[in-house]
Amino acid sequence: MKVQQLKIKAYCSIFNNKVMLNDQLLFENQETDFSSFIKLAYKNMDTNYPKFFKMDDLSKLGFLAADILLKPLTTDSERANNIALAFSNSASSLETDRKHQDSIVDKENYFPSPAIFVYTLPNICLGEISIRHKLYSENSFFIFNHFNAGYLYDYATCLINTGKADEVLCGWINRDTDDYEAFLYLVSTEGSITHNKEEIIKLYTTK
Amino acid sequence: MNKTYLSYNNIVSSIGFDSPTVVQNIRKGVSGITLIEDVNLFPTPFYASVINSNSISEAFEQLGSNDEYTRLEQMMIISLDKTLKESGVKLTDRVGLILSTTKGNIDTLDPKHPMPPERAYLGTLGHIIKNYFGFTTEPVVLSNACVSGVLAISIAKRFIAQGTFDQVFIVGSDIVSSFILSGFNSFQAMSSLPCKPYCKHRSGINIGEVAASVLVSKDQDNLVPEAVEVLGEASCNDANHISGPSRTGEGLYRSIQSAFKEAKVGPEDIDYISAHGTATSFNDEMEAIALNRLDLGRVPLNSLKGYFGHTLGGSGLLETIIGMHSLYHNTLYSSMGFTELGVSQPINVITETTSGNLDYFLKTASGFGGCNTAAVFKKVQS
Repeated sequence: MKVQQLKIKAYCSIFNNKVMLNDQLLFENQETDFSSFIKLAYKNMDTNYPKFFKMDDLSKLGFLAADILLKPLTTDSERANNIALAFSNSASSLETDRKHQDSIVDKENYFPSPAIFVYTLPNICLGEISIRHKLYSENSFFIFNHFNAGYLYDYATCLINTGKADEVLCGWINRDTDDYEAFLYLVSTEGSITHNKEEIIKLYTTK
Repeated sequence: MNKTYLSYNNIVSSIGFDSPTVVQNIRKGVSGITLIEDVNLFPTPFYASVINSNSISEAFEQLGSNDEYTRLEQMMIISLDKTLKESGVKLTDRVGLILSTTKGNIDTLDPKHPMPPERAYLGTLGHIIKNYFGFTTEPVVLSNACVSGVLAISIAKRFIAQGTFDQVFIVGSDIVSSFILSGFNSFQAMSSLPCKPYCKHRSGINIGEVAASVLVSKDQDNLVPEAVEVLGEASCNDANHISGPSRTGEGLYRSIQSAFKEAKVGPEDIDYISAHGTATSFNDEMEAIALNRLDLGRVPLNSLKGYFGHTLGGSGLLETIIGMHSLYHNTLYSSMGFTELGVSQPINVITETTSGNLDYFLKTASGFGGCNTAAVFKKVQS
């Protein structure tokens, strides 16, 4: 195993109706709910990916945050990027699970839909990101009650040091009843921020 | 680098509550799939592998707990209790817990369920299992569609390699629920008959339920006779479609290739493939293409879905455990439901349970979101 000091190359958050890249504010709109906000943010970022509108809220949130970080790396790139995805949250896909449940609760008014059911898995968001950025890499989705910097640190370090991935996009994307939060960071061999548990917690809490 | 082994194991299923009984039933050709008539689960009769509720209650009562647990929690506890006790491992801060599940206690979202809907949070499920047994480390819940069970083994191996833990217990489970049945039915993926993986007459999946558990360890001293070493593993996305597999099997092809590279093996070393084989038209075809791209078309292969149905977050772990016993008994188990090859590329589906010298096996899985995993295991005993 190669043991090297890894870095955090960049980080992005979508939270409190603000989109941040590193310490820079990219977009803010305090007047809207999540559903309108995320569409405005999408337009503002020049994302240009119509499939975005078919996604559920969790996928929209993770997709947009990932797109901001990955677009500079994967656009016009001829080489395949081995960037693994290691995401986590506390509510899994529950917001969409509740919609599917509502569609089957009344036997007289029974209308389950494959377009909703497919999003009742949190890792679908990782699939959406993989398709967009042509990532034939590893995806894993963890559920923790709270953001767990220690496990993410160990996992990303192992993936890079054992050669399973060149870079790892890690973080937390959560969507629950009245709440949303995205914080993603790219672990790499390059960058200016040291990759350790304390830095990850600092970036997460000050986002 | 540390070696990693799979050791103590248990399966709670409709064909037995411990691994040897389950394997014995597979040898005898007993399937757990039956016609279920339960309007609380699905409006019309359907084929599935469902565990008898009284058997779960009886096994759980023997554990002497006075607290209320859901069906899924009881299954997980029954399975992990056996694995943990047999292993004799003490639960220190060097011992991790991974849960592999797609939907956890999803049945509690139903307003008729006696438990509150908050029970459906997967983190809560992790803590319920942690607290029942007294694990001292934070549980890791993995929810990565139908590859969760195999990916959980990879993740345990990495946490051990990274020094996070010395030993990890994995428990994988999902239950047959109206949530899952209605969803797969909306995809028109359900078979109206017992499923027939890779067969010309296949018509879709059956859903099933199990709880499976295993000890993953770097310690070579505390191994069961059927223990295997994890030689290599990998997981690659198709980058193609969220609900359908790649037509070229790209992600599965890359997963197996990468797992072989780490394991330092080639197609000629593999004695047996425990494949995914859901019995949907597209999945089985995709697997046949990926396996042929790797020159694996001649290796004996089965899908165990004909015995258990598709057990979702439990399936990869369940099928890996059966693979361990297959190596130990030097026996290739028949792929239930198969009669006539129904994929465009040649694959060697096991039609009769037969003996043979087995040392290495490949486990594969694929799932929604375009995810795929592969792992290569080697028998430990000589």
